[in-house]
Amino acid sequence: MGKRVGMEVSIAAAEMVGLCDVDVIAAYPITPQTHIVEHLSELVADGHLDAEFIPVESEHSAMSTCVGAAAAGARTFTSTSSQGYALMAEICYIASSLRLPIVMAVVNRALSAPISIWNDHADLMMSRDTGWIQTVAENGQEVVDLLLHAFRVAEDHRVLLPAIVNLDGFTLSHMIEPVLLPDEDEVKRYLPPYRPRLRLDPEKPMTFGPVGMPEVYTEVKKAQDEAFKASYPVIVETWDEFAKVFGRRYRPVETYKSEDADVIILTMGSTSETAMTAVDKMRAEGKKVGLVRLRLWRPFPFDELYQALKGAGAVAVMDRAMGFSGGAGPVCTEVKACLYDRAFYPYIQNYVAGLGGRDITVENFEEIHDKLVASMKRGDPMGYEIINVRE
Amino acid sequence: MGIAAEALKDFNGFNPKKLPEGEPLSPGHRACQGCGEILALRQVMKALGSNVIVASATGCMEIVTSPFPQTAWRVPWIHVAFENAAAVISGVESAYKVLNRKGRIHQPDVVFLAYAGDGGTADIGLQALSGALERGHNFVYVCLDNEAYMNTGIQRSSATPYGAMTTTSPPGKKSIGQRTWKKNVAAIAAAHGIPYVATASPAYALDLMNKVKKAAMVPGPAYLHIYSPCPTGWRYPTDLTVEVARLAVQSKVFPLYEVIDGQWILSRKIAKPKPVSEYLKLQRRFRHLTETEIERIQARVDAEYEELLKRCVTPEKEGKASKETEE
Repeated sequence: MGKRVGMEVSIAAAEMVGLCDVDVIAAYPITPQTHIVEHLSELVADGHLDAEFIPVESEHSAMSTCVGAAAAGARTFTSTSSQGYALMAEICYIASSLRLPIVMAVVNRALSAPISIWNDHADLMMSRDTGWIQTVAENGQEVVDLLLHAFRVAEDHRVLLPAIVNLDGFTLSHMIEPVLLPDEDEVKRYLPPYRPRLRLDPEKPMTFGPVGMPEVYTEVKKAQDEAFKASYPVIVETWDEFAKVFGRRYRPVETYKSEDADVIILTMGSTSETAMTAVDKMRAEGKKVGLVRLRLWRPFPFDELYQALKGAGAVAVMDRAMGFSGGAGPVCTEVKACLYDRAFYPYIQNYVAGLGGRDITVENFEEIHDKLVASMKRGDPMGYEIINVRE
Repeated sequence: MGIAAEALKDFNGFNPKKLPEGEPLSPGHRACQGCGEILALRQVMKALGSNVIVASATGCMEIVTSPFPQTAWRVPWIHVAFENAAAVISGVESAYKVLNRKGRIHQPDVVFLAYAGDGGTADIGLQALSGALERGHNFVYVCLDNEAYMNTGIQRSSATPYGAMTTTSPPGKKSIGQRTWKKNVAAIAAAHGIPYVATASPAYALDLMNKVKKAAMVPGPAYLHIYSPCPTGWRYPTDLTVEVARLAVQSKVFPLYEVIDGQWILSRKIAKPKPVSEYLKLQRRFRHLTETEIERIQARVDAEYEELLKRCVTPEKEGKASKETEE
């Protein structure tokens, strides 16, 4: 049986990776990811985890080393944040194109300049087109559960794609929370030993990563895209199986008091818990407001999100990153794309908040709600606004 | 006795009359005629055999051997990016270590090879190489040095020699060509305190293959800097590759040596060196150089060779180490 522990979320994440019997961990320290890899290095140093911990000289080499290890048939993990993630990004594209089931925890943090070690989703958005499966955790329990699920889904032979679990820096990664940590037997029941489909093996030589001439490049990308789309039902299916083993059920989109809501607030990540408090408060005041949270960011849950939003009159989409498209933040862009070809879609406004570690409060969500309702009444065009700016 | 000396105490060199027949790097690749790099790589692979995993950097040798759906590799081979061959092989080597330890595979004797050109080694890949050497992975790293970014069209690198013409170090009214002296990556690798470092040339095939074999036998990292003439980039006729490579050694431009457990050993002492001008004049990339500049290069080559002699504790007699290949 698993146990309920009070634990810093980063430490719980590292414990979960250890329970997954990972073979190779290559990592470089970067705030606020550090506690995860520090604790993994301790688990290896103390003999609790039989793995190779490779303290590389950069995040670029961290992902490069993970690619080599995964191609050689090892279960492979790394973790990063922000600037380090940006340095790593070149190889992230290659890891997904080579169909290597690497698992990574990204502890989300703002991107420079100015330098900020605090949380927002700039790094998450930077990597949105790298071809990795990406989930976004709300709390410590989800971090742990999504990591276990990430190995399971990435290594599924119908998928074979790398997977990221995103968690907010500091506001989630450094919190001490009660977490149900499974035991080894439970993990084994859910996560079979890693059996690579192809690997670098002198007994069966194969060429990995050859040159793609114009005659083949497009076809390779199409094949990658098809594999990516095909991962969606497997993600859902393996979450359903997770529910059978652990009793906790996950879906790509989570809803809270949204079924009968006139106004929906849409969030991603740990602010959703604050948003729930705000929804409760506003409901008590008679406002028909609900919450929809994206748990799965890539592949994007188009149909499920539409089902969650279609009954509402208006949606406030919260972004925690700048899009610099001039039209909307990155989450809102996806939401609008999701709704564009539907027969009916709600009125949408986009609110950018919580950049570079600025707190997002219950009052902010109330402000968003009121702004949205006022905009709709005035008939404002659907745009975006950065809220909580000191003028 | 050091780690490398211990591992090499029963070393048996290749026999010139009976070389390995296997060609892990097959014919039918797309290298240019007279390519010194593919010749060197072929010798490397003959020496290593087929129980090997290869990580390739981006560069000529990646492009010419792997255009999908063809491959010239009869051994497992992976290419990831330009600057990370040493990091990729770190992961492969570590995976084999842990999978063998956990009993999931039983392949304890696989050799791990990473190779890159001089751009991928001396410039963009230097950090990943340094990291992998410092961490002590058991692998062989080969720099195939053709002294410029040949694959992208002959641009200068930090391994391009002084005075050479490249497309980004063109000679002109205000330029001599390459303005800096060649970066000494073998010495940088040796400064990491790794067990085995060597320089080699495809013109001295047995010497090269023996060094590759030693590099593979030594536990921990081994670095080989292999001189790889490029007729396309250096502008010499394609039948002169071996001659250019041999002249580089005979003129002391590219001396052959080993660093075993930190001890520098000259592979062949050049007692009667050929003038550097003889080497330079074979190649049109140096055609613009004046007599004064050639004298300057000669002085530098002499000085560097003297420095090397001072470092070497047991200089061999001329021709001894690679006598067979000379003949």
